[in-house]
Amino acid sequence: MNLTDPALLNSYSLYALYSAMAVYALAFIAFAVDLARRSSAVDAIEAADLVEVDAAPASGAAASAGSTRTLARPALKQPVLRRISARMDNDAALPYGRSSSLRVGVALTVLAWALHLAATIMRGFAANRVPWANMYEFAMTGTLLIMTVFLIVLIRSDLRFLGTFVTGLVLVLLGVAALQFYVEVAPLPPALQSAWLVIHVFVASLATGMFALGFALSTVQLLQFRRENHVLEGTAAPRGAVSSALRLRFLATLPSSATLENLAYRINIIGFILWTFTLMAGSIWAEQAWGRYWGWDTKEVWTFIIWVIYAGYIHARATRGWRGSRSAWLAIIGFSAVMFNFGIVNVFFKGLHAYSGL
Amino acid sequence: MQPKLGITGWLRWFWRQLTSMRTALFLLLMLAIAAIPGSLVPQRTSDPNGVTQYFIDHPDLAPVLDTVQAFDVYSSAWFSAIYLLLFISLIGCVIPRTKHHFQALRAKPPTTPARLARLSGFTTRDAPAHTDAATAITHARTLLKSSGYRVARFDAASESSVSAERGYLRETGNLLFHAALVGVLITVGFGGGYGFSGQRVLVEGQTFVNTLLAYDSFNPGRFFDDATLDPYTLNLDDFAVSYEQQNLQAYGQPIDFTADVTVTPKGGAADPGVVKVNAPLRTNGTNIYLLGNGYAPTITVTAPDGTVVFSDSVPFLPQDANLTSLGIVKVPDGLAEQLGMIGFFYPTQDKMASGANFSSYPDLEYPLLTLNVYTGDLGLDDGVPTSVYALTTDTLTQQTGGATGVDSIELKPGASAELPNGLGTVSFVDNDPAASAAGDFSQSVSRFASFDIHHDPTQVWLISFSALVLFGLFTGLLVPRRRVWVKASTRPDGSVHLEYAGLARGDDPALEAAVTAMADRHLKLLKTHQPVVATPESPRRDDLGLHRESD
Ligand code: HEM
Repeated sequence: MNLTDPALLNSYSLYALYSAMAVYALAFIAFAVDLARRSSAVDAIEAADLVEVDAAPASGAAASAGSTRTLARPALKQPVLRRISARMDNDAALPYGRSSSLRVGVALTVLAWALHLAATIMRGFAANRVPWANMYEFAMTGTLLIMTVFLIVLIRSDLRFLGTFVTGLVLVLLGVAALQFYVEVAPLPPALQSAWLVIHVFVASLATGMFALGFALSTVQLLQFRRENHVLEGTAAPRGAVSSALRLRFLATLPSSATLENLAYRINIIGFILWTFTLMAGSIWAEQAWGRYWGWDTKEVWTFIIWVIYAGYIHARATRGWRGSRSAWLAIIGFSAVMFNFGIVNVFFKGLHAYSGL
Repeated sequence: MQPKLGITGWLRWFWRQLTSMRTALFLLLMLAIAAIPGSLVPQRTSDPNGVTQYFIDHPDLAPVLDTVQAFDVYSSAWFSAIYLLLFISLIGCVIPRTKHHFQALRAKPPTTPARLARLSGFTTRDAPAHTDAATAITHARTLLKSSGYRVARFDAASESSVSAERGYLRETGNLLFHAALVGVLITVGFGGGYGFSGQRVLVEGQTFVNTLLAYDSFNPGRFFDDATLDPYTLNLDDFAVSYEQQNLQAYGQPIDFTADVTVTPKGGAADPGVVKVNAPLRTNGTNIYLLGNGYAPTITVTAPDGTVVFSDSVPFLPQDANLTSLGIVKVPDGLAEQLGMIGFFYPTQDKMASGANFSSYPDLEYPLLTLNVYTGDLGLDDGVPTSVYALTTDTLTQQTGGATGVDSIELKPGASAELPNGLGTVSFVDNDPAASAAGDFSQSVSRFASFDIHHDPTQVWLISFSALVLFGLFTGLLVPRRRVWVKASTRPDGSVHLEYAGLARGDDPALEAAVTAMADRHLKLLKTHQPVVATPESPRRDDLGLHRESD
């Protein structure tokens, strides 16, 4: 195998990418199975509870505000209950250990990530430059960074329950990239020959990775908040509630909405700092390349909009009446704008940032 | 009963509303929404041709949109109103916070709460034997101080404690961030007014003097004085291009554009320089950007008597990626009739099945110039300014090409042709006839570069404020602000019980770990100092002040 042949390297990169997608798909299934198992574990405990109606109130071990007697019951049967993470408040209504499917999911994700990394690096070598100079490559590197951020965060906090979301998102984006955005290796046009391509685009992708996780956490936070409200109002009867219809019973095994909100906030503020830097680096680059640092080009407009939405999110957290669900919605809107900026603005809007390569 | 509000009362109320967090949030969200239309509708500043096209495509809608300033969103009254209100709100919010923060910086940490057990990270330890409460607290105080905490010590009969606070930098960063944003806005708002931007096309070998008249177009800022232009000269020595030839997938894609120039300050020595697409030349207080390039065929028109009536390198504007280029030649004087020509230049000429010419590669492989000749009134004498890049053909008679039945003039470099009606001769001058004769046309035609020349004295300010924004953001969001307490109480049996707890002020994910680490370090410190017979240090006076911070 001749590793100096760009065409060959590029085809190996493609093989690696398709393999990565296949393994991500398997990981996605494993994570989904884990969620299903959590749901049935919750079901089992509740069923047990129906039998021993009005058992003595649970010991406070796993109780948290907003959980009923029923869900706070320490379940002694399978699966083994333990703290979700040393770093995270142990405030799940029903702490749930790491099922085998969860472990499999994480292992597969790491494997797929390694393939994904190899694909990206080979593409870079094939093109003899950083692998993020057109839509296909942005998508490949961007999703790699989303996944990298996820795996690094896993070392610090147990967010494994987001595996379904993250592998699902990355899979969809990679699929679109490979099928819709694929372009052959091409050299950098003069407009992109700049150190700022390396810095600006990389940091933007990193910020996107953070926002993606923040988005997932905020979404789960909203669902969790709804569950907690049902529980508080006593409408979380084992059957009948909406969440039951949607088979979202696993929520009882996830951290409380307050904890999720804090996690989302911590991740989003890192994303926000990176995004602020992206915006500034972008205008420094624009000054060099186009002779003006800011010109309200469509891409610049959307970068600005995203920045303002997340500034709003941070303020919302400090505004009475906006903490909790409302601020979560802002994070969700913020990430939707990020995806819009990447997917729609690049392809369909006219502007100077015409580097999709399509 | 509602107290009556006078004018000042109302103003006060309005000001409080405007500077409230809720209003700030509302205005931020409004700003995000208001920015959207500018990405959906073309904007005059960034895409003037798009606006013109929009008026053609949507003749009914466009005027309506125009009345609500939809083509000038970012300078519109409504957009400006939102961000100006936002920044007034910001200033009104930051000033009192700054005052408050200065007070907080001078205040002492508050008294130790009676019950620490309810606070974050609460943990207890047993002091090593022979350590008394006062000594334990002395060590805790030292430890906290060396970790960057501001401390206050409290001693009572059987109980000593130290109260500590750190992370004032968090609020400092936050205030700095907001203040620097105001700086950015002011710089952007006024900065443009002190500079100028101008455009100039230069053909290889041509020189430009930085004076008002030498610019093809010139946009001064509101406060810019033309007299301050520094009349240096800029000569385009050479313009080099390279196009991809190895990779067939990207064949002909530009790889590099390099303009070699010479800059000569007034009365100074000539200085060579380079301008590239991502690398402007910063010289004599101006920035010179390379924004475009193309071919400038040298065309000569000679009257029948042999007088040269026109000779110039004419910049042809590129029309596609392979640089099929369009250029205009106007010869108002010296011939029997006024003469206009619309030329197409093909750096590598090829023919479609239909017989039409096109360029198949952007570099000079097989150059061809075609000319359609018009005669009549060029309209140059009416005093109305006309573009050198356009020919109004209404008042002209077409002589070659199109429906005339006469073939367009086609010229290779170095070739000449008779003009129709015996008007004279037109030639396409070859810059390097020897090489062309050998089949190498690469130097046969001159190139032009279009430069943007800008002067913006406020860029330095802008980048400084941006750096402060980023720095403020880092510290304002990531520095933890926290209080920590250590309390030592003596049990009846003489042993000493130690309690530790913390309180987050703002988001502080590491608080509990920090309190535990503090407890462990403290205990270790006490153990290493154990043999020393403890003599209680007399508490310093300033530590005894029972100041309570108001917040
Ligand atoms: C251009 C408008 C504004 C932008 C872009 C903006 C942005 C931000 C950002 C990014 C933060 C977090 C950074 C940090 O803590 O250092 C923040 C925090 C804050 N801002 Fe603003 N801000 C704006 C206007 C305002 C206004 C008008 C007010 C007052 C009414 C305000 C009050 C605050 C407060 C109190 C915080 C601290 C929030 C917390 O600790 O969670 N901001 N702002």
